[in-house]
Amino acid sequence: MLNIQQTNENDQVIITLEGEMDTVSTPVLEKEIKDSIETAKEIVFDFEKLTYISSAGLRLLLSIQKKKSQTGHMKLLHVSDSIMEVFEMTGFDSILTIE
Amino acid sequence: MDRAELEIEAVVDNLPLVTEFIESRLEAFDCPPRTQMQINIAVEEIFVNIAHYAYGKEKGTATVRAEISEDPVTVTITFMDHGIPYDPLSKEDPDVTLSAEERDIGGLGIFMTKKTMDDVSYEYRNGQNILTLKKKL
Repeated sequence: MLNIQQTNENDQVIITLEGEMDTVSTPVLEKEIKDSIETAKEIVFDFEKLTYISSAGLRLLLSIQKKKSQTGHMKLLHVSDSIMEVFEMTGFDSILTIE
Repeated sequence: MDRAELEIEAVVDNLPLVTEFIESRLEAFDCPPRTQMQINIAVEEIFVNIAHYAYGKEKGTATVRAEISEDPVTVTITFMDHGIPYDPLSKEDPDVTLSAEERDIGGLGIFMTKKTMDDVSYEYRNGQNILTLKKKL
Protein backbone atom coordinates (compact mmCIF):
# COMPACT_ATOMS: atom_id res chain seq x y z
CA MET A 1 0.00 0.00 0.00
CA LEU A 2 1.18 3.48 -0.86
CA ASN A 3 -0.62 6.72 -0.09
CA ILE A 4 0.36 9.62 -2.30
CA GLN A 5 -0.17 13.29 -1.54
CA GLN A 6 0.86 16.11 -3.85
CA THR A 7 1.12 19.80 -3.11
CA ASN A 8 1.91 22.13 -5.98
CA GLU A 9 3.20 25.58 -5.25
CA ASN A 10 4.72 27.86 -7.88
CA ASP A 11 7.43 25.79 -9.57
CA GLN A 12 7.66 23.28 -6.75
CA VAL A 13 5.82 20.04 -6.06
CA ILE A 14 5.99 18.26 -2.72
CA ILE A 15 5.15 14.58 -2.95
CA THR A 16 4.45 12.97 0.41
CA LEU A 17 4.49 9.20 0.46
CA GLU A 18 3.19 6.85 3.12
CA GLY A 19 3.68 3.09 2.93
CA GLU A 20 5.61 0.97 0.48
CA MET A 21 7.22 1.73 -2.86
CA ASP A 22 7.23 -1.67 -4.52
CA THR A 23 6.64 -3.26 -7.94
CA VAL A 24 2.87 -2.99 -7.55
CA SER A 25 2.60 0.54 -6.14
CA THR A 26 5.41 2.32 -8.03
CA PRO A 27 3.73 2.30 -11.49
CA VAL A 28 0.63 3.87 -9.86
CA LEU A 29 2.82 6.56 -8.29
CA GLU A 30 4.64 7.15 -11.57
CA LYS A 31 1.37 7.75 -13.39
CA GLU A 32 0.00 10.00 -10.69
CA ILE A 33 3.00 12.34 -10.53
CA LYS A 34 3.84 12.32 -14.25
CA ASP A 35 2.41 15.78 -14.99
CA SER A 36 4.03 17.38 -11.93
CA ILE A 37 7.41 15.90 -12.85
CA GLU A 38 7.12 17.39 -16.32
CA THR A 39 6.07 20.87 -15.22
CA ALA A 40 7.61 21.52 -11.77
CA LYS A 41 11.17 22.80 -11.53
CA GLU A 42 11.74 21.45 -8.07
CA ILE A 43 10.56 18.00 -7.01
CA VAL A 44 10.54 17.35 -3.26
CA PHE A 45 9.79 13.89 -1.91
CA ASP A 46 8.84 13.63 1.74
CA PHE A 47 9.83 10.10 2.81
CA GLU A 48 9.02 10.41 6.51
CA LYS A 49 6.29 7.77 6.34
CA LEU A 50 7.83 5.65 3.60
CA THR A 51 8.60 2.29 5.18
CA TYR A 52 9.90 0.25 2.25
CA ILE A 53 11.58 0.65 -1.12
CA SER A 54 12.54 -2.03 -3.64
CA SER A 55 14.41 -1.75 -6.94
CA ALA A 56 11.18 -0.65 -8.66
CA GLY A 57 11.14 2.46 -6.46
CA LEU A 58 14.87 3.06 -6.99
CA ARG A 59 14.39 2.91 -10.76
CA LEU A 60 11.67 5.57 -10.63
CA LEU A 61 13.82 7.87 -8.47
CA LEU A 62 16.76 7.41 -10.84
CA SER A 63 14.68 8.26 -13.90
CA ILE A 64 13.26 11.42 -12.27
CA GLN A 65 16.75 12.40 -11.11
CA LYS A 66 18.07 11.97 -14.66
CA LYS A 67 15.21 13.99 -16.10
CA LYS A 68 15.50 16.80 -13.56
CA SER A 69 19.29 17.09 -13.50
CA GLN A 70 19.08 19.06 -16.77
CA THR A 71 16.16 21.37 -16.12
CA GLY A 72 15.47 21.40 -12.40
CA HIS A 73 16.15 19.77 -9.10
CA MET A 74 14.97 16.83 -7.02
CA LYS A 75 15.47 16.28 -3.32
CA LEU A 76 14.36 13.86 -0.63
CA LEU A 77 13.39 14.82 2.91
CA HIS A 78 13.10 12.81 6.14
CA VAL A 79 14.63 9.59 4.84
CA SER A 80 14.45 6.87 7.52
CA ASP A 81 17.43 4.75 8.53
CA SER A 82 16.13 1.63 6.83
CA ILE A 83 15.48 3.41 3.52
CA MET A 84 18.87 5.12 3.85
CA GLU A 85 20.49 1.73 4.18
CA VAL A 86 19.02 0.72 0.80
CA PHE A 87 20.34 3.95 -0.74
CA GLU A 88 23.81 3.33 0.69
CA MET A 89 23.90 -0.27 -0.46
CA THR A 90 23.07 0.71 -4.04
CA GLY A 91 25.16 3.89 -4.19
CA PHE A 92 22.01 6.00 -4.47
CA ASP A 93 23.13 8.09 -1.48
CA SER A 94 25.70 9.74 -3.76
CA ILE A 95 23.33 10.12 -6.72
CA LEU A 96 20.38 11.68 -4.89
CA THR A 97 20.09 14.90 -2.91
CA ILE A 98 19.04 13.83 0.59
CA GLU A 99 18.37 16.46 3.24
CA MET B 1 11.54 -27.42 11.45
CA ASP B 2 8.65 -25.11 10.58
CA ARG B 3 7.71 -25.55 6.93
CA ALA B 4 4.97 -24.23 4.64
CA GLU B 5 4.37 -23.86 0.94
CA LEU B 6 2.39 -21.49 -1.25
CA GLU B 7 1.57 -22.24 -4.88
CA ILE B 8 0.45 -19.15 -6.71
CA GLU B 9 -0.01 -17.80 -10.22
CA ALA B 10 3.18 -16.02 -11.20
CA VAL B 11 1.80 -12.53 -11.78
CA VAL B 12 3.04 -9.26 -10.26
CA ASP B 13 -0.34 -8.51 -8.69
CA ASN B 14 0.16 -11.52 -6.42
CA LEU B 15 3.25 -9.99 -4.82
CA PRO B 16 1.36 -8.79 -1.70
CA LEU B 17 0.12 -12.35 -1.11
CA VAL B 18 3.64 -13.75 -1.35
CA THR B 19 5.00 -11.09 1.04
CA GLU B 20 2.14 -11.73 3.45
CA PHE B 21 2.82 -15.46 3.35
CA ILE B 22 6.49 -14.98 4.26
CA GLU B 23 5.73 -12.40 6.96
CA SER B 24 3.16 -14.68 8.53
CA ARG B 25 5.70 -17.53 8.68
CA LEU B 26 8.23 -15.27 10.42
CA GLU B 27 5.77 -13.72 12.85
CA ALA B 28 6.40 -16.17 15.65
CA PHE B 29 10.17 -15.83 15.41
CA ASP B 30 10.66 -12.17 16.38
CA CYS B 31 12.23 -11.17 13.11
CA PRO B 32 13.91 -7.73 13.51
CA PRO B 33 12.28 -5.07 11.24
CA ARG B 34 15.55 -4.45 9.40
CA THR B 35 15.92 -8.15 8.55
CA GLN B 36 12.24 -8.34 7.63
CA MET B 37 12.70 -5.51 5.15
CA GLN B 38 15.75 -7.16 3.60
CA ILE B 39 13.83 -10.41 3.26
CA ASN B 40 10.83 -8.61 1.73
CA ILE B 41 13.09 -6.88 -0.81
CA ALA B 42 14.70 -10.19 -1.79
CA VAL B 43 11.34 -11.98 -2.00
CA GLU B 44 9.93 -9.20 -4.16
CA GLU B 45 12.86 -9.21 -6.54
CA ILE B 46 12.82 -12.96 -7.04
CA PHE B 47 9.04 -13.32 -7.35
CA VAL B 48 8.74 -10.35 -9.73
CA ASN B 49 11.54 -11.81 -11.87
CA ILE B 50 9.57 -15.04 -12.18
CA ALA B 51 6.34 -13.14 -12.91
CA HIS B 52 8.01 -11.08 -15.64
CA TYR B 53 10.19 -13.62 -17.37
CA ALA B 54 9.60 -17.27 -16.49
CA TYR B 55 6.63 -18.00 -18.73
CA GLY B 56 6.91 -15.39 -21.48
CA LYS B 57 3.37 -14.59 -22.53
CA GLU B 58 1.97 -17.85 -21.14
CA LYS B 59 0.55 -18.28 -17.66
CA GLY B 60 2.27 -20.36 -15.03
CA THR B 61 2.67 -20.82 -11.32
CA ALA B 62 5.41 -20.33 -8.78
CA THR B 63 5.82 -22.33 -5.61
CA VAL B 64 7.24 -20.51 -2.61
CA ARG B 65 8.45 -22.63 0.28
CA ALA B 66 9.43 -21.22 3.64
CA GLU B 67 11.40 -23.35 6.09
CA ILE B 68 12.57 -22.13 9.45
CA SER B 69 15.19 -23.98 11.40
CA GLU B 70 16.43 -23.14 14.88
CA ASP B 71 19.83 -22.69 16.54
CA PRO B 72 20.38 -20.15 15.12
CA VAL B 73 16.96 -19.24 13.76
CA THR B 74 17.37 -19.28 9.99
CA VAL B 75 14.78 -18.94 7.25
CA THR B 76 15.22 -20.70 3.93
CA ILE B 77 12.93 -19.51 1.15
CA THR B 78 12.78 -21.54 -2.04
CA PHE B 79 11.16 -20.34 -5.27
CA MET B 80 10.29 -22.94 -7.88
CA ASP B 81 8.82 -22.49 -11.35
CA HIS B 82 8.50 -24.55 -14.52
CA GLY B 83 9.39 -21.67 -16.82
CA ILE B 84 12.27 -20.97 -19.16
CA PRO B 85 15.59 -22.02 -17.56
CA TYR B 86 17.22 -18.85 -16.29
CA ASP B 87 19.84 -18.18 -13.66
CA PRO B 88 19.35 -14.60 -12.42
CA LEU B 89 22.58 -14.86 -10.43
CA SER B 90 24.65 -15.19 -13.61
CA LYS B 91 24.08 -11.53 -14.44
CA GLU B 92 26.96 -9.19 -13.72
CA ASP B 93 26.50 -6.86 -10.72
CA PRO B 94 25.76 -3.23 -11.55
CA ASP B 95 28.49 -0.66 -10.87
CA VAL B 96 27.04 1.20 -7.88
CA THR B 97 29.73 3.90 -8.00
CA LEU B 98 28.57 5.44 -11.29
CA SER B 99 26.83 8.82 -11.51
CA ALA B 100 23.10 9.13 -12.24
CA GLU B 101 23.77 9.86 -15.92
CA GLU B 102 25.94 6.77 -16.34
CA ARG B 103 23.67 4.50 -14.35
CA ASP B 104 21.71 1.74 -16.01
CA ILE B 105 18.40 0.90 -14.38
CA GLY B 106 18.77 -2.89 -14.40
CA GLY B 107 20.19 -5.46 -12.02
CA LEU B 108 19.66 -3.63 -8.74
CA GLY B 109 17.15 -6.11 -7.32
CA ILE B 110 19.35 -9.17 -7.64
CA PHE B 111 22.32 -7.13 -6.43
CA MET B 112 20.48 -6.16 -3.22
CA THR B 113 19.34 -9.75 -2.75
CA LYS B 114 22.92 -11.03 -2.96
CA LYS B 115 24.16 -8.30 -0.60
CA THR B 116 21.60 -8.81 2.16
CA MET B 117 20.93 -12.56 2.19
CA ASP B 118 23.41 -14.94 3.83
CA ASP B 119 23.21 -17.30 0.89
CA VAL B 120 21.57 -17.22 -2.55
CA SER B 121 21.75 -20.19 -4.88
CA TYR B 122 20.22 -21.32 -8.16
CA GLU B 123 19.80 -24.67 -9.83
CA TYR B 124 17.77 -26.11 -12.70
CA ARG B 125 16.50 -29.55 -11.76
CA ASN B 126 13.68 -31.77 -13.07
CA GLY B 127 12.46 -29.04 -15.42
CA GLN B 128 12.33 -26.47 -12.63
CA ASN B 129 14.12 -23.24 -11.84
CA ILE B 130 14.95 -23.46 -8.15
CA LEU B 131 16.19 -20.35 -6.39
CA THR B 132 16.98 -20.49 -2.71
CA LEU B 133 17.51 -17.66 -0.24
CA LYS B 134 18.89 -18.15 3.26
CA LYS B 135 18.86 -15.60 6.03
CA LYS B 136 19.65 -15.80 9.72
CA LEU B 137 17.10 -13.85 11.74
